[in-house]
Amino acid sequence: MNGAETILEALEREGVKHIFGVPGGANMPIYDAMYSRPGIKHFLMRHEQGAGHAAEGYAISSGRTGVAFATSGPGALNMVTSLADAMMDSVPLVAITGQVPRSAVGTDAFQESDVTGVTMPVTKHNYLLQDVEDIPRIIKEAFIIAANGRPGPVLIDVPKDVQLDEFSGSFDVEPRIPGFKPTTKGHPRQIQKALDALTGARKPVLLVGGGAQDASEALRRFAEKTGMPVITTLKGMGVLPGTHPQVIGMPGMHGTVTANLAIQQADLIMAVGMRFDDRITGNLQKFAPNVKTIIHVDIDPAEIGKVVEASVPIVGDAGWVMAQLAREAPQLQLEAWWEQIRAWQKENPLPEPRGDELTSIDVVRAFWQATQGQAYVSTGVGQHQMFAAIYWKTMLPRGFVTSGGLGTMGYGLPASIGVQVAHPDKTVINFDGDGSLQMTLQELATLVKYNLPVKVLVFNNGYLGMVRQWQDLFNDKRYAEIQLYESNPNFALLAEAFGMRGVVIEKKEQLKKAVDETLEHPGPVLVDLRIPKEEAVFPMIPAGGSADDIITQHPEEAGS
Amino acid sequence: MRHLVSVLVEDHPRVLTRITALFARRGFNIESLAVGKTHVSGLSRISIVVLGDDRTIEQVEKQLNKLVEVIKVTDHREPHVEREMALVKVHTEGVEDRLQIKEIVEAFRARAVDVARKSAVYEVTGSPGKIEGFIEGLEPYGVLEVMRSGAIAMSRGESVLKPRMKKEAV
Ligand SMILES: Cc1ncc(C[n+]2csc(CCOP(=O)(O)OP(=O)(O)O)c2C)c(N)n1
Ligand SMILES: [Mg+2]
Repeated sequence: MNGAETILEALEREGVKHIFGVPGGANMPIYDAMYSRPGIKHFLMRHEQGAGHAAEGYAISSGRTGVAFATSGPGALNMVTSLADAMMDSVPLVAITGQVPRSAVGTDAFQESDVTGVTMPVTKHNYLLQDVEDIPRIIKEAFIIAANGRPGPVLIDVPKDVQLDEFSGSFDVEPRIPGFKPTTKGHPRQIQKALDALTGARKPVLLVGGGAQDASEALRRFAEKTGMPVITTLKGMGVLPGTHPQVIGMPGMHGTVTANLAIQQADLIMAVGMRFDDRITGNLQKFAPNVKTIIHVDIDPAEIGKVVEASVPIVGDAGWVMAQLAREAPQLQLEAWWEQIRAWQKENPLPEPRGDELTSIDVVRAFWQATQGQAYVSTGVGQHQMFAAIYWKTMLPRGFVTSGGLGTMGYGLPASIGVQVAHPDKTVINFDGDGSLQMTLQELATLVKYNLPVKVLVFNNGYLGMVRQWQDLFNDKRYAEIQLYESNPNFALLAEAFGMRGVVIEKKEQLKKAVDETLEHPGPVLVDLRIPKEEAVFPMIPAGGSADDIITQHPEEAGS
Repeated sequence: MRHLVSVLVEDHPRVLTRITALFARRGFNIESLAVGKTHVSGLSRISIVVLGDDRTIEQVEKQLNKLVEVIKVTDHREPHVEREMALVKVHTEGVEDRLQIKEIVEAFRARAVDVARKSAVYEVTGSPGKIEGFIEGLEPYGVLEVMRSGAIAMSRGESVLKPRMKKEAV
């Protein structure tokens, strides 16, 4: 058995069923070994960035570690963005890249680049595999590191000659990572402290992030027992169903007014698996000025105290900690607090579409109505992403797949591929922007190749809409370099050219029928949604602002 | 505030790069850094002098702990010994100068490790403050070259930096 076969054998032993990748000179032995190995299904992507995002979508939506392959040099470098994305959003990923032969390393050989060097800051850990006998151990370690503690991407760079060397060792090896011992069980004393602090709270909020995606059940019990209002971050959506009566929306820049006001008034914040990102806190000096107690539950000790000082830090796995807390949680007296919250909700409903034009809000709602939220969603980055975050009530844990920390345009389509592969029988909808889609649109070919029935919805506003919104509001309408409309392709025709169904929707009246037809179609569909050019997404807190600065409608429409 | 942080690491290629890259990326300030093998094969020990407030140092420790090859981190707040070594090459022409230099060398318990016609190299060990004092004392005669090792540290008493259950923080 050579090194390449050893790699595949080790992956199979890790339970890997699906891989996303692109072959090339330096990883050809691995592809050669794959040719006669039916146990693993490989998805040939059209770009390595796509392979990385597909592996992310697979991992986020299923909880299983995603695997991506790329060749040396340009192949591996193309994947850097997806690794960085996975690092920011704590996605468990194992990337295996080919490298030039050991004797050529360091000589500027053809397609050589220092991939372990380049990816060092954007991976949780990486390896340059130097000895064929190390393959089983390193692959085992990589899967442990990727999935345990705070998850993240691990890259293994394998020189081509190592892939060809003969392997004679055993697969029954022990990992050797003495420095890797994540704390999973929260300290009982801290848990007791949290319970004590909760008892006195009159205006508590529960802030739930992506780190709680596996804690859904315990979190729900805790929330229902205490009666606390629940705020889900962009990455925390679906931990509790979006329609749950205690869920009051998303916090931060495009969060609901109610969620932001609740944080401002709260006397206690219990943060679970979230890291107080600046898109959530805005101006830190003005963030949560009335809070007396912050209980911060996170598996990564470095996140605790990094942005805000926690009065009750609990390092541990969210599921474990929440299960403990749920058992003992007190029922809180929150009538007055809920009265206040319901009043805010009444005074500050989400913006409604006006006029007869087809709007982004209509589209998101129509697809939700038709599926009752029983669909997995991926998104690009921009206004459409925020419309989706606000109006799509996520019903499934791990059901909202979006690039949060890195904000990577082009994420949606390749991520949806991974989601569909992980959930072949579920509806997968990719809410995409016309700008975002054009960063990775070659992956439409991948949808066609594998007949993955993803519904690609292009929110076609002819603009880099989110940038336009900022220019409109903060740069005096100086619309510099955001115009896509003069040269956007005809997306529906483009889809047809790729060999999939393409549809154009221009009017509100067409929507219902188009939604039904799209969802019923057994294959992939692209829907070109001609939405107004000048939509803006509200509520919005300008960057660096606080809840006091929240804008709920366009200043020019205010008072009209 | 100046902190001395000792880091026990696996002796792997690039582990030093990982650490310095982490410092650069997160904007932590390194004043000095010294690395060496330990008595345990496969383990190296790094001493880093970091400048920063308590919150920064807390992040330094926590972020270092996240590196897979880092076994243990300690910020020496407890009673500890701190030492640095320096080699200082001084211009020594003129008999009078030599005598005065000798006095300084004795006062700092330094010693000559190379003596040539117009210059000498002295070795001095001590706290970084002592080393600075020594160099300053020699300044008037013409310091030609200085090489400092960077500070290294060790706790006093029985406490030992060794592999142990780590990351049981809080
Ligand atoms: C790769 C990348 N480049 C640039 C940006 C900056 N950016 C953020 S949103 C945005 C506009 C997105 O346009 P589109 O996909 O059409 O979405 P819309 O806002 O119009 O809904 C840009 C350029 C980014 N987030 N990612
Ligand atoms: Mg757009």
